[in-house]
Amino acid sequence: MINTTATIAGVHFKNPIVMASGTFGFGREYGKLYDVSLLGGISGKGLTLHAKAGNPGVRVYETASGMLNSVGLENPGVEAFLAKELPYWETLDTARIVNLGGNTLADYVLGAQLIQRDADARLLIGKPAVDMIELNISCPNVKEGGIAFGVKTPAALEVVRAVRAATRLPLAVKLSPNAEDIAEMAEMCEAEGADAVSLINTISGMKIDVRRRRSVFHNQYAGLSGPAIKPVALRMVHQVSKRVSIPVIGMGGITSATDIIEFIMAGAAVIQVGTYNFMNLRAGSTLVEELQQFMAEENISSLDEIRGIV
Amino acid sequence: MATVISNERLGDGVYHLVVEGGNGGAMGQFYMLRAWGAYPLLSRPLSIHQVNDSGVDFLYHVVGEGTEILAGLKPGDKLELEGPFGTGFPHVEGKVALVGGGIGIAPLYYCAQELPESDIYLGFSRESFRTEAFRPLAAELTVDVGGHILDSVDFTDYDHIFVCGPHPMLKAAQLKGIAAETAGKRPDVYLSLENRMACGIGACLVCSVSCKDGQRKACADGPVFLAGEVLFHD
Repeated sequence: MINTTATIAGVHFKNPIVMASGTFGFGREYGKLYDVSLLGGISGKGLTLHAKAGNPGVRVYETASGMLNSVGLENPGVEAFLAKELPYWETLDTARIVNLGGNTLADYVLGAQLIQRDADARLLIGKPAVDMIELNISCPNVKEGGIAFGVKTPAALEVVRAVRAATRLPLAVKLSPNAEDIAEMAEMCEAEGADAVSLINTISGMKIDVRRRRSVFHNQYAGLSGPAIKPVALRMVHQVSKRVSIPVIGMGGITSATDIIEFIMAGAAVIQVGTYNFMNLRAGSTLVEELQQFMAEENISSLDEIRGIV
Repeated sequence: MATVISNERLGDGVYHLVVEGGNGGAMGQFYMLRAWGAYPLLSRPLSIHQVNDSGVDFLYHVVGEGTEILAGLKPGDKLELEGPFGTGFPHVEGKVALVGGGIGIAPLYYCAQELPESDIYLGFSRESFRTEAFRPLAAELTVDVGGHILDSVDFTDYDHIFVCGPHPMLKAAQLKGIAAETAGKRPDVYLSLENRMACGIGACLVCSVSCKDGQRKACADGPVFLAGEVLFHD
């Protein structure tokens, strides 16, 4: 019997395959293509306190082995999410993670309070629908908030501390590869009471339309994801996991079982799959199957045998 | 997996791809196509040109790396088809005009089959293609090369007008719809939008369309929208 499970702050993951925020909606769309309860977890579309229309203009552009996105956190807002999406999440047998962004410190705190209040109310009727909050301080595509909090350590510290005080739900902090020092940032998150760190968010990038002589993106820059960023992500997961004792949720360009194993060997507790969901709409079910096969072939009976081995 | 039956070049960079496979679909819906491994990263959305006995047909224009690979497909080659996706054109009653510009004629062939006796207007900037296939399906067929096909359409003469074509043409059709309404007629003008997509199923929000009631998704809420709902910003 192959054991693919992992636990983060008491949250059980049946396998290490979690769908990354921004690439999976709230799971409903992919749920029409396969049973998303097969997955270890889902990190929902990044939410902000109030609904956000996102960025105008071109929102995606392919690059060599990757893609740039400039969606800009289009989302329905925390309250609409709690009202409309949680009844669906209640039905899922997978770890359910709310990805929370914000424009201001107050937005983050109010958002976390609303989620906590909803979780408390559900506890009374025995219907939990959120297992963890993933704090997004690293979106490169919003002008206010987002990455402004995720690059400078003191600003990040303030957000993590305030949100930690606002919720008792397990808290992961999603870090930016654009941070001045990602390992220091992770250590700070641990010191402030984060239960895990997620890394990496997209890398700030650019594409110029040479005929029009301007960036293809309205905001000039966009977030690079996909296999192109995997070596960078893997290095950062390795680096951070050596420095913190809380679990690391690793992501960046994962498209195969061997990619997953690499991240686990680098020290990740679980991993997230993002851009691959666009390359293969059944990425989740494909990877769950491939991981089992690979572990059987390699005589790995539990991920604990190889976690952080490198 | 679907299999290529034929992939005929119709003109300058325009191809007609017939495949065996897929799950049918309604007029105006699309499939995500992939005939390669990891790269290009994203699959390509192509609208249904027609549903045939054993699969689906597509009409496409080579614009980049993905469609270039599609153009190289030979009979017997395999490709992945996900779909059908999206909300297409409605089944309507009354007098209908189908108006296509360039490769925008692609979804209208299926509409012409489903709504016989429609007036069909096809416009091309340089050379026409597939026009003779439309002829037996049309009450009247108007073809224009080098001009503006919308100039040939009297919007006050129809109950429903389906439009697919380049962005400026869609904006112009929206304005003609408003003008017809001012003149006391109220044609329902439907636009089929072509947006960049990543997932095709409504999860990534890359293909957002600004509408009067907020942001909507070209892939799931569309690609077909009532002209009056869409806000054109540029």
